[in-house]
Amino acid sequence: MARAIASDSNTRQTPAPKGRGSVAYWLVQRAMQQRELTVVLVTLFVIIYFSIANSAFYTTANIITVAQYIASIAVIGFGEVLILVLGEIDLSAGAVYLSSPWFMYFFWTSGMPIGWAIVAAVACCAGIGMVNGLITVWLNVSSLIVTLAVNYALFGIVLIKSNDIQVDMPGQTGHFSIIFGIGAWSTILWAAAMMLAIWALLKRTRFGLHITATGGNLLAAAESGIRVRRVKVWCFIIISSASGLIGILDAIRIGSINPGSSGLDTVLPGIVAAVLGGTALAGGRGTIFGAALGAIFLGVLEDGFNLIGVNANWFYLAEGVMILVAMVANTQLGIVARRFRR
Amino acid sequence: MTEAESPLVEASPTRDATLAASDVVLETVGVTKSYGAVVVLRGIDMQLRRGEVLGLVGDNGAGKSTLVKILCGFQPPDTGKIYVEGKEVSFRSVADARRFGIETVYQDLALVPQLTVAQNLFLNRELTLFGGVGWLSAGKMRQLAKNYLEDIKVEIPDIDAEAESLSGGQRQAIAVARATRQNAKILLLDEPLAAMGARESALIVDLVKDLSRNLGVSMIVIDHNYTHLFELCDRLNVIQQGRIAFDQQVQDTSVEELTKFMVSQYRRELAAGQKLLEQ
Repeated sequence: MARAIASDSNTRQTPAPKGRGSVAYWLVQRAMQQRELTVVLVTLFVIIYFSIANSAFYTTANIITVAQYIASIAVIGFGEVLILVLGEIDLSAGAVYLSSPWFMYFFWTSGMPIGWAIVAAVACCAGIGMVNGLITVWLNVSSLIVTLAVNYALFGIVLIKSNDIQVDMPGQTGHFSIIFGIGAWSTILWAAAMMLAIWALLKRTRFGLHITATGGNLLAAAESGIRVRRVKVWCFIIISSASGLIGILDAIRIGSINPGSSGLDTVLPGIVAAVLGGTALAGGRGTIFGAALGAIFLGVLEDGFNLIGVNANWFYLAEGVMILVAMVANTQLGIVARRFRR
Repeated sequence: MTEAESPLVEASPTRDATLAASDVVLETVGVTKSYGAVVVLRGIDMQLRRGEVLGLVGDNGAGKSTLVKILCGFQPPDTGKIYVEGKEVSFRSVADARRFGIETVYQDLALVPQLTVAQNLFLNRELTLFGGVGWLSAGKMRQLAKNYLEDIKVEIPDIDAEAESLSGGQRQAIAVARATRQNAKILLLDEPLAAMGARESALIVDLVKDLSRNLGVSMIVIDHNYTHLFELCDRLNVIQQGRIAFDQQVQDTSVEELTKFMVSQYRRELAAGQKLLEQ
């Protein structure tokens, strides 16, 4: 005798009966259940809009430009998904992205082979992530402040060590360079690989489940014996390492590194990509593919505005308004979608 | 008086044998606890039998939650002994108590709202493939979760539903199911029927009775609501001034008798307080 624990607020949708109308309904229902729905729609919208508005949009050269532009936003976004799911935030990822090629450069100038210099630089980035995480969990300082402080500190270290002078990146020749940044599709392929790896980590492994549990209900996670602090520290290490690696690849692609920019302009698009994609700022929920779509949205937007020649003075206003529109659409559609999800 | 003292003296050497015979799974002897100058527990002697549901009653500050915190390993007693299945134990942590099969179930704290029923049931006990990598064996966990819920007759419409979308009763049932699936033999339930409609609470009552009778799970229930306690429990203990002041099988007592007992005790305390003030 089965005991039904039913509740009035939780009546499940019965499978739709056969028929054209209900198939459409089923499709709508399935679509609504996808957390990434809004970002898919707004991204499709901007792609269609710009491809109609400017014929240069669909050229290979332009697609490569966009792909190269979004790789770093996407990778930082993937890392931020993990951090946001935990209910934390990492504002230092941009500074890590900018300073890791400098670490590599310093290791290389001190005589290390280039491959090892990359490994050592990424290890430094992992160390920075560990510091972020340890201060956050052991000294109970908000990760927003910790990582903001680390962001400025890294900027300072780079300025001091470089004497504020731009340098050329090593590793510009041979197969090595093609794999590590120079190849037209190199950075976006690395980003895609990291997307799959981080997605699998979050959705298919025990560790990923513990990330969700830690962010969703810290007390319950800790009660069940999950080492919530360790989980958090590891996520800070992952985002820093990933941001550092993509930073090196981008620097090799560009060919030179400039000490003069702060990391916030780099990290914030990553956070926007994650949140646009459907990751909750409050923790507990996150989607890696959503962050990838969010990065594509931001990249297409930036590129499209350039192509149609939006006046530079209007550029940021237009970008700001578009992000706001996308986010409002996200929230409103989310309210509708929740009804379908129940 | 030698007659009064003798049972106490004789009790300790024969304790193990007596306990095994009477099927007591959890016993406390003379458990005390003070916080600074405030004495909360003055000597709790309590027994819980296999498959028994024991209700703990007491005013706020009487020491119910202190006792539960001691039993679940959250804090140690100052003095006194705790026996699990006749063996003396001392818990250093909640995890320690859990190893002895004692687990607290909280209605709202237990589940992760964003995880599915199956994921919640296996929280931190996940099954994995290829060992060290930690790749989840999702299908197997799903199937086992389904089977287990069927075994204990809890029907959840969708095993893949997120806990957030479940009702309070369903969440409570999942929390209880997780504890028993992980071999908890003694459950501590804190207001298990709080904020539940009549129909939902009836289902939890059924689950509690089912687990205690058919699986031999013992439970200690804390609740302020006498009606709930009489529905759920086999026996009631009242804690007053840090001691067990009332111990009755539910069929031998009634809500009226319990209320009368609590009120008379309250009057006595009030009179004592007034006397103190007058002095």
